[in-house]
Amino acid sequence: MADANNIQQDLEQQGVFLSTVNRFYNWGRRSSIWPMSFGLACCAIEMMAFGLSRYDVSRFGAELFRASPRQSDLMIVAGTVTKKMLPQVVRLYNQMAEPRYVIAMGACATSGGPFRDGYNVVRGVDLFLPVDVYIPGCPPRPEALLHALITLQEQIDNQKLGRLRWYGKGDKPQMQDFPVPTFGAQGLEVDGKLVDPVGGLPSVSPYTSPEYGEQKSGQIEHPEITRHFPIMDPTVALEHALKARGISPEIAANDLKRDEVSNA
Amino acid sequence: MPNVSADDLRVRLGRALPGVVQEVYPLKVAPPPAQGHAPAAFVTGDTLVDAARVVDAALYLRDVLGYAYLSDICVVDYLTDGIFEVVYRFYNVEGGPSLALKVRVPRENPVVPSLTPDWPGANFHEREAFDLYGITFVGHPYLHRIYMWDEFEGFPMRKDFPKQGDKYIGEDE
Repeated sequence: MADANNIQQDLEQQGVFLSTVNRFYNWGRRSSIWPMSFGLACCAIEMMAFGLSRYDVSRFGAELFRASPRQSDLMIVAGTVTKKMLPQVVRLYNQMAEPRYVIAMGACATSGGPFRDGYNVVRGVDLFLPVDVYIPGCPPRPEALLHALITLQEQIDNQKLGRLRWYGKGDKPQMQDFPVPTFGAQGLEVDGKLVDPVGGLPSVSPYTSPEYGEQKSGQIEHPEITRHFPIMDPTVALEHALKARGISPEIAANDLKRDEVSNA
Repeated sequence: MPNVSADDLRVRLGRALPGVVQEVYPLKVAPPPAQGHAPAAFVTGDTLVDAARVVDAALYLRDVLGYAYLSDICVVDYLTDGIFEVVYRFYNVEGGPSLALKVRVPRENPVVPSLTPDWPGANFHEREAFDLYGITFVGHPYLHRIYMWDEFEGFPMRKDFPKQGDKYIGEDE
């Protein structure tokens, strides 16, 4: 690939322009990524700085923040995704025109961040959407977001038209919409099945990035923990005023053995 | 500038509305920690009023003392004592420090009269307290969930709401 690039550069210097459809296509797409103007929390403030004159994302061709998912390629999940907001986020992603990309900006969108164990925050948007680029930070600086954009552009450069899931002939893992969670009595449900209980651990595995097929990775966080919804459980006794007993001790006991549980 | 102290309020309220002011009994709050200071008996100078007559007391604050601005409604969950404490904070718009009214209701059946008919601004505060703690405000015009979705069951800010997750794994049992 590098040799091919060098030859191509030599030829271009001598006035001969050669390209492949693939390269031309990727160049066009990487140079005009249109993000959706969509912010959820404090990361959105950094995202605004990233779009304005000081950091100036238009140097990289991504300055057109669109207010409609139909017109945008890139969803920057900028901030904390609450359980109540998640169905709208997935719905917006489903409405975006393909090819489409997702950047999980900041600790909350990546993993839930400081609110990870709260009752109201999704533990990483990748449980419900395939994420192309993750950015650590709380919030990440605009430079970090620029770096994520450049990383995304590099990923687009390496895409092969014939193997893209939208065009290629190979496996098409996600030809339907991504399932939009619905609100249930105990938490978020997908097709009537509880996937992300309030006050519990999610029972779904994250999506892998599009590079790796955009499929469910199958790796559920803490698979050894039996998941149930113990709020109405009369066996939940109290240890003292600040601590509920009943569900936690078993989990703790099981989880102290975490190292013995295989990763498979 | 109006400056009614908490003790002052208790005395004046007790004189104006006999039977409304209750004696503040100490709370257990939490067991003594293994190290450090033991928590003192949790008694403040704020006025504890009878839950059924909180509207009367609040109207006394508004109409007689001029504390017309209901700043916030806050719920405290005292699990070992089996009570919820609802704290109403009032300000006088002419300035000065705030005054608090407290109400204690049992955790099993927390029912408090609503202030919304008299303070429209209490509407969302009371809905929030209902949503997260399950306190029923009698007389509220639209007592529905405000943060959580309508289908949800349970009250996530209660102290006995279960916790699961990395943070709680391996903590001393």
